[in-house]
Amino acid sequence: MLKILKYSFYDLVRSRWSYAYFLFYLGLGFVLLFLNNDVSKAIITLMNVIIVLVPLIGTIFGIMYYYNSKEFTELLLAQPIKRSSIFLGQYLGVAGSLTLSLVFGLGIPFLLYGLLRSDAIFDFSLLLVTGAFLTFIFTALSFNMGLSNENKIKGFGYAVLLWLFLAVIYDGLFLMSLIVFEEYPLDTFSIVATTLNPIDLSRILILLKLDISALLGYTGAVFKTFFGTQQGFFISIFMLILWTVLPIWRLIVKSKKKDF
Amino acid sequence: MKKYGLTLLIFVVLHVQEVCGNTIEVCQTCPLKSIKEGIALASDYDTLLVKKGTYKEFNIIIDKPLTLKGENYPVIDGEKKGEIIRITSDGVTVDGLFLINVGVSYTTDYAALRVVKSENFVIQNLVLEKLFFGIYLEKSNNGKVYHNKIIGDAKDEYNSGNGIQLWYSHNVSVDRNIVQGTRDGIYLEFSDNVTINNNSSTNNLRYGLHFMFSNHDVYTNNIFENNGAGVAVMFSKHIKMLDNTFRKNWGTAAYGILLKEINDGEISGNIFEENTVGINIEGSNRITYSNNDFIQNGWAVKVLGACYANEFKNNNFLNNSFDISYNSKLNDNVFDKNYWSDYTGYDLDKDGIGDVPYRPVKLFSYIVNRTPETIVLLRSLFMDIIDFSEKVSPVFTPDKLLDANPRMKRTQ
Repeated sequence: MLKILKYSFYDLVRSRWSYAYFLFYLGLGFVLLFLNNDVSKAIITLMNVIIVLVPLIGTIFGIMYYYNSKEFTELLLAQPIKRSSIFLGQYLGVAGSLTLSLVFGLGIPFLLYGLLRSDAIFDFSLLLVTGAFLTFIFTALSFNMGLSNENKIKGFGYAVLLWLFLAVIYDGLFLMSLIVFEEYPLDTFSIVATTLNPIDLSRILILLKLDISALLGYTGAVFKTFFGTQQGFFISIFMLILWTVLPIWRLIVKSKKKDF
Repeated sequence: MKKYGLTLLIFVVLHVQEVCGNTIEVCQTCPLKSIKEGIALASDYDTLLVKKGTYKEFNIIIDKPLTLKGENYPVIDGEKKGEIIRITSDGVTVDGLFLINVGVSYTTDYAALRVVKSENFVIQNLVLEKLFFGIYLEKSNNGKVYHNKIIGDAKDEYNSGNGIQLWYSHNVSVDRNIVQGTRDGIYLEFSDNVTINNNSSTNNLRYGLHFMFSNHDVYTNNIFENNGAGVAVMFSKHIKMLDNTFRKNWGTAAYGILLKEINDGEISGNIFEENTVGINIEGSNRITYSNNDFIQNGWAVKVLGACYANEFKNNNFLNNSFDISYNSKLNDNVFDKNYWSDYTGYDLDKDGIGDVPYRPVKLFSYIVNRTPETIVLLRSLFMDIIDFSEKVSPVFTPDKLLDANPRMKRTQ
């Protein structure tokens, strides 16, 4: 597995796309900090980007890599290598290189602008951790889509649809149900609905750490008493891990059974 | 004629006496060692000069028109036993003292300096520390509270007092005071025709400025910063608030200003910066808001019900999360010629006024007003999308609530 991981990883790290992705974050970080020079404010803007873009890039990159390296995968399958290690290796290679681009791309400008001296370092690391989680989650989901669909167009479509669902449609349904059931106490419902979607969960986790959480008012206070405690924090991390592990587990099971 | 002459003579004599009143010195090495003794000895219109030193006294009652003047800030230490100075006579001046350690009580409002039913008082250049209530004016008119510094260390609302409190006191000028770390910085109740200028009220536990049932008051050039709940003004008429700064009142229940039942006022030239809510308006009518700057607030203006005939003109709305929040479909308020940083229209005839009206109420803020729980979707992509679609074709937000002449550039 490690060999395949190493191969995929080096292959990707050397590819143009990884560089483009890395340079994009690098540029974004520098521009943001150049424009307002305030680390904690840049983090808010960055959050918007990370919540939308990181899952999207993870999805598209994952599915593209899966279909592109299909022939190579079939070649590997002919060798005496465990199936799980082939797919897991590829998956970790993709997710790892994306995460690396993200972490270095954003980390370098922030470090240069004095992140270590500001007290925003914890918020920033939370941002990177959730970004990494989102990369791992959405790459795994897209690999699943690829594995389930032989047809490239179909697989690609489903993967993007899944991203669209979690990033946009889910919130729409969430909003609808909040409005429809506004007569009922909705605190528990909104906490549960938030934890079930990794994008919403990351958004709330970051928001609550920032000044802007004062805008959330009463609902924010309810959220803070839940997520602010150690238990709440562990539950949300646990949910993110679950979101990562479940697709990987399905990836392994599915790849073992699949007839290539 | 003779009668008038006599009156004039008496008048002149009285004034000469006032000007030439004796000066009595109080110091640690003088014959007079305490302020109380000094007051007892002094006759009307004398000046009591308190030299540098520490005087452990409380319940000092000034019951005749005296000038109590400190030299090099003598310390009067109340040793937490009660009130320090109480003025019960007209025409008293207190100047240049350092009052410390006021008693804390749950039944009596001990103040560092209390003025009771007196007129023409001047309270200036005092420094107050470790206090319960600071300067407390009770049914006292025509006075001046000038250039005092009040530094409290309030921790809980229930056992702390207000910095400067006016209760049934009219025609008072409160000028150039610095108040910090008290419960309410400046508190007015039933006090009319009061002018509050150039004060700084910061880091107070509850409100920087709090007034109720006080009409015809003017506030200019004050700074209210980082107070627990900002500034609250309630149930008052004909209030003018000009050129004040409201900053960093940030918290789940904090406001730049909370207006409740305020009618016929004028709010202009103020700066509202980084408050959770810039102005929270409830049941306030016929108020003109002009030339204010709303910068980086959560909500710049939050309107909650029954606000009619208000005018918002020539204001700048810069980078607020929400510009206006409105909870009804009915709108009777006018928005005209404001600058909105979120405005994306164009100006083809180059007259500085955008050609497309601006709608300051976003769909999201409308939804949040209806169902407060939906605020959890703050900064979600879905919200940006529906906000955009609502901007293109308004369906839910009040269609008459718009600025027909939005400015292209910030008004200076």
